[in-house]
Amino acid sequence: MVGIVGYGAYIPRNRIKVEEIAKIWGADAPSYKRGLGLEEKSVPSPDQDTITMSVEASKYALKRARINPLDIGAVYVGSESHPYAVKPSGTVLAEAIGATPEVHTASFEFACKAGTEAMFVCIGLVESGRIKYGLAVGADTSQGAPGDALEYSTAAGAAAFIFGRDNVLAEINETYAFMTDTPDFWRREYEHYPRHAGRFTGEPAYFKHVLGAATGIMKKSGMTPKDFDYVIFHQPNGKFPLNAAKQLGFQKEQVETGRLVPKLGNTYSGSSPIGLTAVLDVARPGNKILLVSYGSGAGSDGFIFTVTDRILGVQNLAVKTREMLDNNKVYIDYGTYAKYRGKIRKAE
Amino acid sequence: MRDVAVIGVGLNKKWGELWEMPLRDILAEAALAAIDDAGVDHIDSMYVGCMSGGLFVGQEHLGAMMADYIGMTPVPATRVESACCSGGTAVRQGYLDVASGASDIVLAAGVEKMTDVSGDEATYALSTASDMEYEAYQGITFPGLYALIARAHMHQFGTTREQLAHVAVKNHRHAAKNPVAQYPFEITVQGVLESTLVADPLHILDCSPITDGAAAIVLCSLDMARKICKKPLVKIIGSGQATSTIALHSRSDMTWFESTAKAAEKAFKMAGKGPRDIHVAEVHDCFTIAEIVILEALGFTERGKGGTAAESGMTALGGRIPVNTSGGLKGKGHPVGATGVAQVVEITRQLRGESGERQVKGARVGLTQNMGGTGASTVVHILEAQ
Repeated sequence: MVGIVGYGAYIPRNRIKVEEIAKIWGADAPSYKRGLGLEEKSVPSPDQDTITMSVEASKYALKRARINPLDIGAVYVGSESHPYAVKPSGTVLAEAIGATPEVHTASFEFACKAGTEAMFVCIGLVESGRIKYGLAVGADTSQGAPGDALEYSTAAGAAAFIFGRDNVLAEINETYAFMTDTPDFWRREYEHYPRHAGRFTGEPAYFKHVLGAATGIMKKSGMTPKDFDYVIFHQPNGKFPLNAAKQLGFQKEQVETGRLVPKLGNTYSGSSPIGLTAVLDVARPGNKILLVSYGSGAGSDGFIFTVTDRILGVQNLAVKTREMLDNNKVYIDYGTYAKYRGKIRKAE
Repeated sequence: MRDVAVIGVGLNKKWGELWEMPLRDILAEAALAAIDDAGVDHIDSMYVGCMSGGLFVGQEHLGAMMADYIGMTPVPATRVESACCSGGTAVRQGYLDVASGASDIVLAAGVEKMTDVSGDEATYALSTASDMEYEAYQGITFPGLYALIARAHMHQFGTTREQLAHVAVKNHRHAAKNPVAQYPFEITVQGVLESTLVADPLHILDCSPITDGAAAIVLCSLDMARKICKKPLVKIIGSGQATSTIALHSRSDMTWFESTAKAAEKAFKMAGKGPRDIHVAEVHDCFTIAEIVILEALGFTERGKGGTAAESGMTALGGRIPVNTSGGLKGKGHPVGATGVAQVVEITRQLRGESGERQVKGARVGLTQNMGGTGASTVVHILEAQ
């Protein structure tokens, strides 16, 4: 039985409110809040990046997994903000958690679904018996160009999952992938910020793939929306996951536990994976969970989990996601935000 | 001049964001629908109205493209441009072609594919219909220009913010009954007032959208139409076209569309009709304030009283003179080159009694008013059921 043996999330303390960003650009904050369903977003400190957040989340995952890091056979980090263009994030992470040297590592990139890609591959390797444990991380310090609509949502955070065959806290029942060549959002080499195709990112991009993957995995597993206690969708804004849920026939209560975006923002590769950690924090044995990610370009990965009895013993072994989201927040102004995010160019 | 009838009308199946259809397919779908509706086996000449195929999709030379993609080469085809009035102007060119005796059966179409570019690029493309040097390059776009008109109208005549909103609410109510419409749903006055502010006093729900769509009609000499047309006959009894200054600031009165007044005057005179004879009208509500000023310029209301028309229900379905039963530019969508042709499609169907839920009972005489820029050009047509 393959499943999750440990999980953890990390969310930076800094927050910036929609009003603070809107004020700078002369934008109408109430209509942004209403239109995007966003209130504030997390911001990484200057000394935080995808790797440091991956380390934090992975440490929490190890606390819950209670395994020897040396038994981890694969460390995969999915992100679109790997600090290095050449040099994997996974080497630093594996070293930091004590998993080196007998470990395979790779960096994944697929816009916002790089995290679930890493999970997908780890599950396959564990299932095949090639490795005993696999660590998959989705993390991002996502970028939005100053003044762009993306600036209201691009946030920072990470989620880590350790997969194994014994002692699982949530069993994997099914996986599914749905992908087409759909250029809705991209960033070319040497460009600072991604570009996107406006409203094209909705219907033919996010909804086509999220609904396609959700419908496909439910058909494959013979399940319907009523069979799930929780569902987590990729959450680029507050509206899209609710709209997807409604179209598929899920109730709002099934979505809300894992829908962190109004207070967190879009953590890209961390988005739906962090939502899953928030669900696992409160899940009970026997609960069924559907996770559907989305990455521009475009594709969605689907996963169905069944929570086991072990969940109750691990939930309190590390900090819970909602606690990080709701507590110890530091609100920053746009100037500080601009400095932290490297948006200010200083003289050489 | 010969009498001219509209014997075929067509739209492409759905207006909106048609990301899976190229311009040529949208145009061909509407043109073929009109030809099918007319039941004709040949066309003598054709016109296509399009504001800016070049800036929106990088394609000009649309006359030849249309002839090619509806399988009608070597029939002569001419592309017509007069900004947002391109469609109405194409209809008038087709009308003149038949009326002059040069052609017997003419196709007049209009198309615009606007959603393949970003909002900024679309705004730029549209702004080329204003005075680029003295307006656009100074930083004002169409929402800003119409906001100035709205402010002036409110100041001079006491028109209210709520009255503007009522125009959008009424047109959405009509659009909700039109399956082709981009926005087939209702909105509320409060919803308009709370929507994003674009250019004070205009909110986003005061503004017509960016749309992909096409429309086409088949025109024929009335004599020939009597022999070949199997549908109820609709005759063009009035056609007027006029211009005004291209820049808003060059006008002595910002609250008046002189080109509309002049085009209407010509069309009414030719038709031997007046504003009170019109049973249904399609007008150019690119912004809510535009419909208000147009109603005044057409003589449907007294000067300065246009604001009360939608609020009182006068221009709603069931009112004294239903305006924009299709949903108008606001609710049905505004693919700029197609709009003026689509107005004739809607009125023709009304006069044929084919408008279903939107049918204006007993409609015999209808009017279309299509306008470019801030009213620098206008075409008005009056149609009558035979």
